[in-house]
Amino acid sequence: MSRVWSELRRYPTAVAGLAIIGLLVAISIYTVIAIPYGEAIRLWRGGEGVWSENPRNARPIWFNLLPGVELPRTITVSSQRAPRRVEAVGGGVKQVTMSLAFDFPYRTFPTELAVFFDAAYAERAPHVVLTWQPPDGSEIRLGEFTAEPHGIYRISSDQRLRQTLGGAPEIVLFSAPAAPQHPLRGRYTLTITGFLFEESAHLDARLVVYGRAHGLAGTDDQRRDLMIALLWGTPVAMAFGLLAAVGSTVSTLVIAAIGVWYGGWVDGLIQRITEVNLIVPAVPILIMIGTLYSRSLWIILSVVILLSVFAGTKTYRALFLQVKESPYIEAARSYGAGNLRIVLAYMLPRAVPVLLPQFVTLIPSFVFLEATLDIVGLGDPLLPTWGKVLDDAYRAGALFGGYYYWVLQPAALLMLSGLGFAMLGFALDRVFNPRLREL
Amino acid sequence: MSAGNGFFSVEDLRLHFRTARGPVQAVDGVSFTLDRGRALVVVGESGCGKSSLARAILRLLPRNVHAYSGSVRLNGMDVMRLPEEQFRREIRWTRLALVPQGAMNSLNPVIRVGDQAAEPLLIHGRAGSPAAARQSVQEVFHEVGVPRDFLDRYPFELSGGMRQRVALATALVTKPDLIVLDEPTSALDVLTQAGIMNLLKTIKRETRTNFVLITHDIAAASEIADDAAVMYAGQLVETSRAEQFYREPLHPYSRALMASVPTLRAEKTLEFIPGRPPSLINPPPGCRFADRCPYRFDKCSEEPPMLKVDNRLVKCWLYR
Amino acid sequence: MPDEVLLTVRRLRTWFELRRWGFVRVGFVRAVDGVDFELHRGEAVAVVGESGSGKSTLAKTILGLHRPRQGEIIFEGREVGGEKDLRRYRSRVGYVQQDPYGALPPFMNVQRILEEPLAINGEANPGARMQRIREVLDEVRLSPVEDFLPRFPHMLSGGQQQRLVVARAMILRPQLIVADEPVSMLDASVRIEILQLLRGLQARYNLSIIYITHDLSTVRYFCERVFVMYGGMIIEQASTDDLLRNPQHPYTQALLAAIPDPDPENASRVRVVPPGEPPSLLSPPSGCRFHPRCPAFMKGICEVQIPPDFEPAPGHRVACWLYDERGQGGPPAPSRA
Repeated sequence: MSRVWSELRRYPTAVAGLAIIGLLVAISIYTVIAIPYGEAIRLWRGGEGVWSENPRNARPIWFNLLPGVELPRTITVSSQRAPRRVEAVGGGVKQVTMSLAFDFPYRTFPTELAVFFDAAYAERAPHVVLTWQPPDGSEIRLGEFTAEPHGIYRISSDQRLRQTLGGAPEIVLFSAPAAPQHPLRGRYTLTITGFLFEESAHLDARLVVYGRAHGLAGTDDQRRDLMIALLWGTPVAMAFGLLAAVGSTVSTLVIAAIGVWYGGWVDGLIQRITEVNLIVPAVPILIMIGTLYSRSLWIILSVVILLSVFAGTKTYRALFLQVKESPYIEAARSYGAGNLRIVLAYMLPRAVPVLLPQFVTLIPSFVFLEATLDIVGLGDPLLPTWGKVLDDAYRAGALFGGYYYWVLQPAALLMLSGLGFAMLGFALDRVFNPRLREL
Repeated sequence: MSAGNGFFSVEDLRLHFRTARGPVQAVDGVSFTLDRGRALVVVGESGCGKSSLARAILRLLPRNVHAYSGSVRLNGMDVMRLPEEQFRREIRWTRLALVPQGAMNSLNPVIRVGDQAAEPLLIHGRAGSPAAARQSVQEVFHEVGVPRDFLDRYPFELSGGMRQRVALATALVTKPDLIVLDEPTSALDVLTQAGIMNLLKTIKRETRTNFVLITHDIAAASEIADDAAVMYAGQLVETSRAEQFYREPLHPYSRALMASVPTLRAEKTLEFIPGRPPSLINPPPGCRFADRCPYRFDKCSEEPPMLKVDNRLVKCWLYR
Repeated sequence: MPDEVLLTVRRLRTWFELRRWGFVRVGFVRAVDGVDFELHRGEAVAVVGESGSGKSTLAKTILGLHRPRQGEIIFEGREVGGEKDLRRYRSRVGYVQQDPYGALPPFMNVQRILEEPLAINGEANPGARMQRIREVLDEVRLSPVEDFLPRFPHMLSGGQQQRLVVARAMILRPQLIVADEPVSMLDASVRIEILQLLRGLQARYNLSIIYITHDLSTVRYFCERVFVMYGGMIIEQASTDDLLRNPQHPYTQALLAAIPDPDPENASRVRVVPPGEPPSLLSPPSGCRFHPRCPAFMKGICEVQIPPDFEPAPGHRVACWLYDERGQGGPPAPSRA
């Protein structure tokens, strides 16, 4: 073992491969601890309010490191930190005036504007009036309506406002009439005047000025932070790849060894099953099962293993046929070793030099298989994986929309994992099979 | 051991291989001379470099050669000086041939034996036509005792002894001046071995072909030896005429080797040699047999030259 | 007790079915075709023959690796038959093979290699196992033992590997050792080491040894009796001295005549070698298997019937019609075929 390690160290590709794999494993461990499975599923499903404060299709924030790129971040102003005036205006009605002010320093317009309300009341909902004050001193009335307990007023989607302003609100509200191409930089204030009709009523609001950049990996069209999927995709890929590789390799080995050792009809049967297996196409079967039966990851994994178990027996069979004739096997029989012991303790270990490199290079093919199934639409619907991200991106027309990061990030991770295992696998192959070194 | 200036001579032949652990000095300064029509046997155990010697003489070099020097003279001409292509065309297999170790197992299984034996003729353009080549092969097969109708058989249809005869025929077909045989009989049965030895004796007598026979079997070697040489750790430690050698080996290693070979007819106590031969990577300085030699003394830490004893050569300080 | 019989082999035949296309039986390879002999405790016997004589198959049948088609193997008075007998029997017989490196699993170290037979045969106590392992390594002089325990086969020289194989064969305290060409893949100077080792073990433990070889020259230093095999049968049995001094069977005579001693006179002599090849075991010649090559062939008898064992001198048996005391052409004695 130590000999293998010292040999391996001499290959830069092996060291690089191991580093990549180590990184991926570290990410997996971190992810599973930091974002537990249940949490990840909940987050990815989205739904009520989970992602509503994220911008849609936002680039990763590190894009701002690129020269000439300046993407606005999302600005959130909460009424709980803003000045508030409460006055009684008679008749048990209270007037709450909140001034949500912020500085807008960017050269590009925000993507959306929304106000999130948090109203508490018994029967009569508060009445709310919104006024917008850009830095140039003007004042624009946005509208008035009844607040709901968790209402969202999406300023940018307000069609009436759009008509009144004569353009998209997130643009018009941020530009000077004289120079509509660039946003006006400076201090903006949204004044919310609320009329509360009950003693115990309460009103809070949050203004969100959606930017164009969010998170380390950006967001998708459902406002989901892509980092969740990229992070969670790692342990899924690793686990699937590893388990599938282990499961199929070990089974293949044992089956091949048993066939060779027992010979006769056992061998014949195994060979016939192998031949059928080689002809049967795996992906169409997986598609069938996924479409007609179940898309659960564990079911798919089991089917994948089952389908690959018999396919590899021929390679090991050739090796074991040779090993079977070895004098030491004869010697083992002569001191009483039983059949099972011979197969497991005397034949299987000979397969390790062939097995180990093959196994390592097999892992990425299973990783890609899982991603393929996702892209075809047959992945586990709940789990956020790299393939899933690619699937979503494809369906949303990411490349047409110019959201390259959406596609490239998971693709890069897939390639990286494949590369890491491939490099390690090839180096292992050279260590175990010295004759390949001359190539 | 040779009377005249020798028909075939090798001088200070060296072949070192490059490996991950350092250069392997497989052949490290081998020299001998052979008169026409005589057979030299080179006796050595595994790891002494004797197979590398065969390749060095025929210039069949692998890719990891570290050093290759010395001279190989055939009838006065130093063939080492020849460029590779000329050597291949004019010398290898036409004047110097090889029956490699395990030749009977390295016949091409998908080509008929008659066609295989004819290949050297066709490659070197020694036959006018394929039909003429076939005729020559028939003659050579007859010489080596392979029946005529075997010409069209495949190697797997022949026994081990027959395949070895075919390998020998392939070497003889171009009527070379010298044939190097590497362990020609070690995998064969006693009776088959005797048959092959008889064959070699006949060929030597009738065609005056030179043989260099490399083997670990000192008894089988005596069947054909005119001259004898003993190889140890990449060097020749003794060369002499066969009668002198077998009657009284001089070098302590030769003596020990002779004492370790059981005899059928004579009574004798057998002794084995303790220890192992040195590694050919960085061999120890001084005499390489010193650490196993019962006669070792302090001069042995210096490498002995080949010393003359009568007309024999021994690489041992005992004979100063 | 030098005369106690340890192993009796009677009418032993081991035939291999030859099938074409997996199930059409074409015939039988008669590797062992009627072998009878007795082996005493503490006796070393050589089985000499060329390749194709069936000697290796005989060895493996005696070891229980091949099922005989016919015949009995009686060991320590009990017949070796079914599975249960076989297990017990195998632990009393040690096997030393020809290829020292091939006989050792390359992925096991010395300790593990020696543990295996102990573990399989029921020695559960690790302390007792280690003790036995140390004993046996000492016995074959692979010491200091601690140095060798963690080593793998490729770290040992040919001689050391073969010592380990002998150690493994000895570890269950066998009564009989079957050594199939134990030294033919070793260098000349190492051969005696191993032969002397086996000889020493034989003397110390009163072991019986069956020594399979094609090299008659080593037999003299090692064995009390010699069996010569040809075409699946034992054609001559005698004490070593007797066989080397007075070989009776024409094949034995040819064999002895063909073996060279290191003698410079050899180069000027031509040896007489019987023509032809060893017989096919699939379709052997009728009658005496050697008759097509025999210089003393007697037409009308030799090719008609397989000769039984004759005993021209006490303890010296020959299966050859030349030694039929009742003269040629008389009714044959009860044949053993």
